[in-house]
Amino acid sequence: MKFTLSWLRDHLDTDAPLDRLTETLSAIGLEVDSVTDRAAPLAPFHTARVIEASPHPNADRLRVCRVDAGTGEEITVVCGAPNARTGMGAVFAPPGAVVPGTGITLKIGEIRGVTSAGMLVSLRELGLGEDHDGIIEIPPETRPGIPYATWAGLDDPVIEVGVTPNRGDALSVRGIARDLAAAGLGTLKPWAPEALHGPFSPIAWKNETTGCPWVTGRYISRVKNGPSPDWLQRRLLAVGLRPISALVDVTNYFAFDIGRPLHVYDTDLISGGTLTVRRGRAGETFTALDGHLYEVTDSDVVIADASGVVGLAGIMGGKSTAVSDTTKNVFVECALFDPVRVALSGRRHQLHSDARARFERGLDQSLLPAALDAASALIMKLCGGEPSEPVSAGAEPAWRRSATLRFERLNSLAGTDVPQDEAVGVLERLGFALQSRDGAQITVAVPPWRNDIAADTLLDTGGQVDHGRAIMAAEGAGIIEPECDLIEEVLRIRGLDNIPPLSLPGVPPVPLTVLTPRQTRTALARRVLAGRGLAECVTFSFMPRARAAVFGAAPETLRVINPIAADLDQMRPTPLATLVQAASGNIARGYADTALFEIGPGYAEGAQGVTAQGLIAAGLRTGFTPRHWQAPARHMEAMDAKADLWDLLAALGVPMDALTCTPDAPAYYHPGRSGVVRQGPKTVLGYFGELHPAAQDALGLAGHAVGFELFLDQIADPKKKRRAPPDLALFQPVRRDFAFLVPRRVGADAVLRAVRGAERTLIERAAIFDVYEGDNVPEGQRSLGVEIVLQPRERTMTDEDIEAVCSKVVAAVNKLGATLR
Amino acid sequence: MADDIETLRSLTLAGVAAADDLRALDALRVHVLGKSGALTKKLKELGTAPPELRRARGAALNQLRDELSDAVDTKRAALERAAIETRLQSERIDITLPPSPDAPGSIHPISRTIEEMAAIFGAMGFAIAEGPDIESDWHNFSALNIPSHHPARDDHDTFYLPGIGNGAPRVLRTHTSPVQVRTMLTQQPPIRVIVPGRTFRADHDATHSPMFHQCEALVIDRDISLAHLKGCLIDFLRAFFGIATLPVRFRASYFPFTEPSMEIDIGWNRKTGEIGGGGDWLEILGSGMVHPNVLANVGIDPREWQGFAFGMGVERLTMLKYGIPDLRAFYESDLRWLRHYGFSALSPAMLHEGLAP
Repeated sequence: MKFTLSWLRDHLDTDAPLDRLTETLSAIGLEVDSVTDRAAPLAPFHTARVIEASPHPNADRLRVCRVDAGTGEEITVVCGAPNARTGMGAVFAPPGAVVPGTGITLKIGEIRGVTSAGMLVSLRELGLGEDHDGIIEIPPETRPGIPYATWAGLDDPVIEVGVTPNRGDALSVRGIARDLAAAGLGTLKPWAPEALHGPFSPIAWKNETTGCPWVTGRYISRVKNGPSPDWLQRRLLAVGLRPISALVDVTNYFAFDIGRPLHVYDTDLISGGTLTVRRGRAGETFTALDGHLYEVTDSDVVIADASGVVGLAGIMGGKSTAVSDTTKNVFVECALFDPVRVALSGRRHQLHSDARARFERGLDQSLLPAALDAASALIMKLCGGEPSEPVSAGAEPAWRRSATLRFERLNSLAGTDVPQDEAVGVLERLGFALQSRDGAQITVAVPPWRNDIAADTLLDTGGQVDHGRAIMAAEGAGIIEPECDLIEEVLRIRGLDNIPPLSLPGVPPVPLTVLTPRQTRTALARRVLAGRGLAECVTFSFMPRARAAVFGAAPETLRVINPIAADLDQMRPTPLATLVQAASGNIARGYADTALFEIGPGYAEGAQGVTAQGLIAAGLRTGFTPRHWQAPARHMEAMDAKADLWDLLAALGVPMDALTCTPDAPAYYHPGRSGVVRQGPKTVLGYFGELHPAAQDALGLAGHAVGFELFLDQIADPKKKRRAPPDLALFQPVRRDFAFLVPRRVGADAVLRAVRGAERTLIERAAIFDVYEGDNVPEGQRSLGVEIVLQPRERTMTDEDIEAVCSKVVAAVNKLGATLR
Repeated sequence: MADDIETLRSLTLAGVAAADDLRALDALRVHVLGKSGALTKKLKELGTAPPELRRARGAALNQLRDELSDAVDTKRAALERAAIETRLQSERIDITLPPSPDAPGSIHPISRTIEEMAAIFGAMGFAIAEGPDIESDWHNFSALNIPSHHPARDDHDTFYLPGIGNGAPRVLRTHTSPVQVRTMLTQQPPIRVIVPGRTFRADHDATHSPMFHQCEALVIDRDISLAHLKGCLIDFLRAFFGIATLPVRFRASYFPFTEPSMEIDIGWNRKTGEIGGGGDWLEILGSGMVHPNVLANVGIDPREWQGFAFGMGVERLTMLKYGIPDLRAFYESDLRWLRHYGFSALSPAMLHEGLAP
């Protein structure tokens, strides 16, 4: 909402300076978006008179002008404009002035031997237009020395405020003035247009819909349309409207002045003598003033004449009945339409207008007769004409309601003591009429322009709350809601900065644990992975459907109906999917060796189509290890991903001995170089491995790529168990190595499990230290080097003791079909 | 002293001085001081000396043995030192060679900011609540006092997903506020939670991303006032930016789910982007007292309970705190950007270490 300072002063009697006005507007909820002071850059420019313009002695096209700029001295200016002539009024810029249109700072100069001490400027040079035919001409009788901005009426700052959706009344200069007056920055001037009377109107209203409670209008005959006067054009231009003609400009003026949209019809173009407010009919179309053809529906409220639709109610009028320069007789419409219907119609047709913005926020429901009189009077002043008696259909709606404010509640919600008289004063200045007051509370009548206060409450428990509770809560809201509306008015106008802040009560002196175990795990996982050299990414939750499908299903229920881009239409099944895109981006930028991770949601379709959102820690490594002189670079392998996953699982407190690895990872992993990690027979904790080459092809990911996924929701909370004391044995451990020839089908973990199981008390640790296939190892087998650590507990072990354990180990491994090498 | 002793002494000392490796020194030692060495022999023969001389000769021989042993030891130490010296001379590495490269992992600035918020609000007694990204229309809008025709819905640029079965279309949550609703439905007041999380709006340009993060806060109690809201926010903002005197300004505003509503500005310098001073104001978050209708929609009686809520943009606060210029880069996963703005795994956000940038 834009307005000028002078326009504001039409409604507000104030001597507050501009910056105080704008600061206050922002503080009370009318946030100032911009203040444009068009006069500031024009300050050096003043009116002047050319005393004499004579030919330049040394140049045919130049003139030497003696100029009176009101300084008391004659100034010589060399001018090249064709229209520079003796006696004309002009605009003078002294040396030192910055010319807004060119950015050049003027200096005293010598032009072909004649000194020029300033400049006579064109509109283009002032940045005020494209006209470059010559210098500005003003009436010759204008007194020299007046600031040009003042003379041209440009010394009127334009203020733009953001109006929140609840404040339909503030989409008017008068509404803004009222708020400022309430905040103590002046007094609101009275506004009471005189009622007009005349003969009966030849145009009548007919109302056939509930979407329009009340509609009024007036016929004005024998008008003469034409351009509107300067003051009106200037105001409309200042707020960003294009002046069209006096009749149209008057309607636009009142939309801004008092927030009252109006429409004016050329009655000679209306078919029949009746304008009907009704629902649209299927197939009906009309051409709006914006020149576009709209097909209305039966959900739209329209204005129609005998020929069909002539306007979309509350949004835009039609072309067929629009006024023009030849218009002689008009009908002015001043109506009240249902805000919700206007909003939905506007949304349906994607049609924005100043009228719609006002209707959908709610208008002053009592203002129609006065607004119609004010608009008629201005039309008659600018265009002449004879008014008819007003006509109407429907009736003024029952808008009267009251609200009660308890001072105790005001103080409790504010957290400070607000003096009672101050609260009452604010409400009265905002137009609330005091109905009753005692020491505890006041009851006020809500003014007709405040549709947001004590309005009908629309509660919706969504079926989530049991009936009894819902009723109690609704009853509470019915009392508290209007009271809160009043409290908000008092506090915003009084200034929220006037409430002393209080730190939250009830905070323990030392904070307790904040995070849940799951949240702690997530934070820890992030640190572990970053500590392992992976860079954390945050990628979008949506991705191209075809790419999502590579990672399993791309179900319909997880498809965005209105994606921002065609390739962001499917909720991702796993962050690994978007990490692949992230890696591709880095590879394309020339960084082929990437190590990325993300801890974020994956979306899946669960039973009955219900979405299952899981928290997944995913990592991806591509390319090679760093080249270094101590160790050659090697490409990433499945085991690198397993190392990431293993470290993470260990850090999260998963009992590592209880994990099993099986080669049945999803199809986007390499079938022979990937695994599923389970805890117990059922719980899948994650996957790791090389990505499948076909998947990489489909995703456009080049080079070696390994990844892992860990399902954080599957990790159990740690048991709150006090740790047993550590086992610090007194005797030195003994190490023994074995080499077994093991059939390929037997996994290393089976061998280790057999080894550990061979002697549970003495074998403290068993580990694979070598894997070998090739020469000297039979086909179908491999050699596994196993180290065991024996921890004697009661005495140092003898050779016989050790030999006995080793025999058990060999016997246990033999059962797997393996032999000692 | 007898001549033979003096001779042995001078010969041996000369031999020690001349020995140029440990083997020669040891041979000399054996030759003189060994079991059958010259000096040992003389000591053994002491018994054959005339009794009147025996005492003096004995003392002289013992003294010589000590002197020669010391000389040998001293020389041995010198030779050993020289040998190590010689070895070290040949054991030179190029200390300017690079060490084995460590892998520079990093934590994303969004995670860092959320962690800082958790630390600060945690100290004020808040828990951290979470909720799903895909929500019902009711949780995202209607419960929050935004009915279907409300103009505020136009501002939300909502993404829709198909309904389940015959259900109404679902939405990608446009703010973290639906978790307020979920929290109030499942917990009895008093409530004190923050809700960091992903949010989605169909808007994509230099300053808008279709996915971004918000952090919501909700406090419900019997006597929680607007003064507490102001205090809580001032306490948070000053801790978050690490500026004890950070100017904070409160302006009236409107949100459907709060009443009264406020926008919060902090002091900054528009030209330098520096937070804390400079005389300009920067809008950073919206807040207000929870609207009675919102309480009623979740079955809480507004006669009994009141409180406040606010929501802030995680990326926006991160950009301001760390001077990060471009929003889109947050989601592009450019390793160069991640390393530049990322945080070390070993420096988690801890209040006692400070959260200043």
